[in-house]
Amino acid sequence: MTSPASQFTTDAGRVAPDLRHRGIIQAAMGKYETVRDQRKKWFQDWEGARNLAARTKFEAVNHLDRYLEEFVSKLEARGTKVHWASTSAQAREIIFSILREKDAKVVVKSKAMTSEEIHLNAAMAEAGYEVVESDLGEFIVQLREEAPYHLVFPAMHLTRGDIKETFEDKLHITSSDNPEDLTMVARRVLREKYLQADVGITGANFAVAETGMISITENEGNARLTAALPKTMITLVGIEKVLPRITDLALFLPMLAVMGTGQALTCYNTMYGGPRQADEADGPEEFHVVLLDNHRTSLLADAEQRDALGCIRCGACLNVCPIFKNIGGHTYSTTYGGPIGSVITPHLRGLTQWKHLSDASSLCGACTETCPVKIDLHHHLLQNRRNGAKLKPSLFQKTAFKLFAPVANVRVLWSLTTQLSRIGMKVRGLVNGSIIDPAHAWTKTRELPPIAPQSFREWWKERQ
Amino acid sequence: MNERENIFKRIREALKAPAHSLAGGLPTVAEQRGVMPAVSSEHEAQMALFHANSAELRAHIVLVADMRDLETKMAALRDEEGWKKVAAHVGDLSITTAQSLGLPVLITHPGFDKEELATCDAGITECDALVAQTGSVLVTSRSAGGRALSCLPPHHVIIARREQLVADLPTAFEQLVQKYGGNYPSMISFITGPSRTGDIERILVLGAHGPKHLTIFMV
Ligand code: SF4
Repeated sequence: MTSPASQFTTDAGRVAPDLRHRGIIQAAMGKYETVRDQRKKWFQDWEGARNLAARTKFEAVNHLDRYLEEFVSKLEARGTKVHWASTSAQAREIIFSILREKDAKVVVKSKAMTSEEIHLNAAMAEAGYEVVESDLGEFIVQLREEAPYHLVFPAMHLTRGDIKETFEDKLHITSSDNPEDLTMVARRVLREKYLQADVGITGANFAVAETGMISITENEGNARLTAALPKTMITLVGIEKVLPRITDLALFLPMLAVMGTGQALTCYNTMYGGPRQADEADGPEEFHVVLLDNHRTSLLADAEQRDALGCIRCGACLNVCPIFKNIGGHTYSTTYGGPIGSVITPHLRGLTQWKHLSDASSLCGACTETCPVKIDLHHHLLQNRRNGAKLKPSLFQKTAFKLFAPVANVRVLWSLTTQLSRIGMKVRGLVNGSIIDPAHAWTKTRELPPIAPQSFREWWKERQ
Repeated sequence: MNERENIFKRIREALKAPAHSLAGGLPTVAEQRGVMPAVSSEHEAQMALFHANSAELRAHIVLVADMRDLETKMAALRDEEGWKKVAAHVGDLSITTAQSLGLPVLITHPGFDKEELATCDAGITECDALVAQTGSVLVTSRSAGGRALSCLPPHHVIIARREQLVADLPTAFEQLVQKYGGNYPSMISFITGPSRTGDIERILVLGAHGPKHLTIFMV
């Protein structure tokens, strides 16, 4: 098996020059950027809103034990069953035991990145359950047996033509390639499933401690149906999702919408605080909440990067990231892509195997600048680089810096080296870009910047 | 093996290392309002904003003078869309209006058959509040006849009273806290326009899974 690092390099090398991919992503991002910027202006003080959001998350994450306890005791008081999973395997086992108990056959799911994280679909399919993703984008990528491309837009990399073909191949349904017709195909197919499903599985965007509710943000209504029709509802949620108070949502819901999709508010923002209550017309008989750690506590233990637990998975940092836009979402091969994924994956899955992700950044800081909860993303990437180097310094880097240090520290050696390099560059110029160019790795795709004809010291001397 | 204990142990252990501090604590509602989109305190202006937001969201607002007017205008909608069956819940406004249509009415209380609800042309509900700031309708499983009624039928019809309009999201949340106190309905939802998706080439399509049409009658 290839290592994640070499798979990453290969896929990045393949996707980056793919003009079709680039065209699709640029078109989608272009539409998003325009509306997002309009909505940010709609706020009286967007920067102020980011500060408030960061403060709220800081409070929640740094008192996680307290808020989590409150959340759980409120939930349990209304008849919800709460389960705890330290690992992916435990979370899957909890869900399986519920499915067995309910003798479930058909399971309908609404979008949940946590379920991607624990590879739930594959495990359920293997165990013989019929699992249907109900979010349109997720439904499409599930049919194609692909991972979601993006946190918020799972099928962003596909054109209407691709989707039409997928429906023909997998569902044997012919439709025009009009997005409306395609959406209606999915609506019809999924309606059937909703009515058959024994169990509904959802994720959650927020967990409100004060009232013991989970909050789900969505546009399609698929999560609402998932939470309304099946007899049993299971919500899989990361322990870090807590918000202290229900009124905090007044700020977080519109901020998530603005950054996620450029809407003022996402179509449905729904809070669930329990199973069907005595005086209610419908809703599940049982409501299970599975709280997932899966290494979130290791991220919590890293005080330097703890703020990354405040992430609301809006996807905004992916959308501004020059690396993400060039190499695409699938290249990462992680549950969470883009800058936030590169920051947290080494914590969730191990630094040794995933430290290459922190190199996949130009450190431009666009992610940090855009993040609604002000996670210091690009500095965390640097910290991961540092931690990675400490863990297992590469021999090449070690030697290079050993040689570099004396040269940079001794002035005579430094000026000698610069002068020699100028001559060296002239000679190299003759073979620029060819195989025998010593800087070939760089120059095969771009220009090598020239060394300045004069150093500052020389320039200063001349002026004296 | 008690994972709850294990997780709490790890959390408490992890939090022993203090993070770089971020001053300020939890924001107040006044601070929230100070940064969020501004909304006038005048009722007329709020009404205008609600109209404008609804238009952008492609939700329809119908102003009605009284119950008779409501019934007439609802009947017009029935004819226009050729409804054959509707669903409603037990509420002052919703049930009488639904029954005035002269069609079979499925009533969701105290329980109902979901297959039957799926055959209804419209779900008629009341609501808890209307939010001017975002054009949202706030419903709960108590005010809107459960969870599915406002989501499964292709047309969601809301009957609201004008005084249910509130300025902004913070007010809507405060109202929820006051109204329900400790005893919240099991579902609370802010509905902002008809169901939609942009999953195919970011092109807006209405009626992805939920209602394709959202009509708000304001009495
Ligand atoms: S890190 Fe920030 S910008 Fe990125 S997905 Fe999370 S909240 Fe959004």
